[in-house]
Amino acid sequence: MAEGVSVVAESLAGGGARVARSVLGQVVLPGEELLLPEQEDAEGPGGAGERPLSLNAGACSRVRVICGPGLRRCGDRLLVTKCGRLRHKEPGGGGGGGGGVYWVDSQQKRYVPVKGDHVIGIVTAKSGDIFKVDVGGSEPASLSYLSFEGATKRNRPNVQVGDLIYGQFVVANKDMEPEMVCIDSCGRANGMGVIGQDGLLFKVTLGLIRKLLAPDCEIIQEVGKLYPLEIVFGMNGRIWVKAKTIQQTLILANILEACEHMTSDQRKQIFSRLAES
Amino acid sequence: MEEERHTEAKIGAETGRGSSPRGPGCSLRHFACEQNLLSRPDGSASFLQGDTSVLAGVYGPAEVKVSKEIFNKATLEVILRPKIGLPGVAEKSRERLIRNTCEAVVLGTLHPRTSITVVLQVVSDAGSGAQLLACCLNAACMALVDAGVPMRALFCGVTCALDSDGTLVLDPTSKREKEARAVLTFALDNVERKLLMSSTKGLFSDAELQQCLAAAQAASQHVFRFYRESLQRRYSKS
Repeated sequence: MAEGVSVVAESLAGGGARVARSVLGQVVLPGEELLLPEQEDAEGPGGAGERPLSLNAGACSRVRVICGPGLRRCGDRLLVTKCGRLRHKEPGGGGGGGGGVYWVDSQQKRYVPVKGDHVIGIVTAKSGDIFKVDVGGSEPASLSYLSFEGATKRNRPNVQVGDLIYGQFVVANKDMEPEMVCIDSCGRANGMGVIGQDGLLFKVTLGLIRKLLAPDCEIIQEVGKLYPLEIVFGMNGRIWVKAKTIQQTLILANILEACEHMTSDQRKQIFSRLAES
Repeated sequence: MEEERHTEAKIGAETGRGSSPRGPGCSLRHFACEQNLLSRPDGSASFLQGDTSVLAGVYGPAEVKVSKEIFNKATLEVILRPKIGLPGVAEKSRERLIRNTCEAVVLGTLHPRTSITVVLQVVSDAGSGAQLLACCLNAACMALVDAGVPMRALFCGVTCALDSDGTLVLDPTSKREKEARAVLTFALDNVERKLLMSSTKGLFSDAELQQCLAAAQAASQHVFRFYRESLQRRYSKS
């Protein structure tokens, strides 16, 4: 009886693993298995049969693949852990040998700190020589008072509880407390530090931030034409925006919030209507 | 706008159901699902199945109380709120079943020392416990997916009832459930369609259990197909 059940389950699985190349840009679900190009050759029809002998077959068929967010490796299998669209980026060296980075582009709201990410944080506490900064993750990040441009033991930066900080993660992994800095490797601020007094901070989904920060993003170019503005994007889903008047700031914030689910035609319509007024 | 999306989801559900082969005693009532309908939780979903409807919200990976902190994995918590009144023993028991199911599929080790909280609110309940459990499981799964919590697989809940003469009814109405000799609820995963959890009531033989399980596995295919359609619809909007 139990055997009969397992046979049913087998036939229901419906194809099982799919080739990673063929599902690029499509929605993948947790639990799905993806096949990489070299596995596709090996497991394809007649793959196990006759194959021309080559001296270093093992060495040349190996490609380096990086599992990005939403994917995990289990033995030699590639498994999906998040729902979203599968994306791929060819390795920098070109060639297109099947390697590169695969990741799942999901519409998540909760931020998980990643090393090197630029984020907007809110200072929640000052204790001794570190600040605690809320970045929207599972625990507050720590920020040393020495990691500001020009800060020394004598010359402390002027940071108060409640201030907004634009910084970068230098330590971010699942086992340790995340650590932020507001200087780059040369000791320069490079745009980071405490964000000015006025302006408006609002939250959007992480997917929208990635969309806005993509090179040659139309939305940002259009918004820039509308009013003169200052804007800061944090990878943790926070946007700080400031225009000349409060009214303009609110308009900009509303546009940015709304443009997530708009098509490019709808966007053009809205922008042309605003440009007229 | 919310209303519009809801009807859209319902139409999708109907078409999804229409394509399913409806053999004798092998049909699920229509289901509908809407995701990301709450603004404050990290993930949310409402799941409607027949006359039972559950709203789920997921918070996580979020900060955790020191007393509940687990050093090598995420603390998973499930809260089930009945439609009226305070949660009782039945709710606590269901909470535990759902929590254990979620724990089997959520990759908690990727977010140690955090908490993942699933809050389930019963919106409408036809008075059948097994139906409600299945609906809660489906709502919890969709909300976890919406929150982007890393998962090993998806899961769904399917209810079977065995009549006094031994006929098998999938997804029984509350009336049939009351008349049934035994009611079985299974949680199944989408990778190997293996059993994750089972909750049973009444008398049944070993062969009948296997029969119900096979029927539930066949039915789970429709639920997973519906999950896929519903998630594809969600991602087609961006």
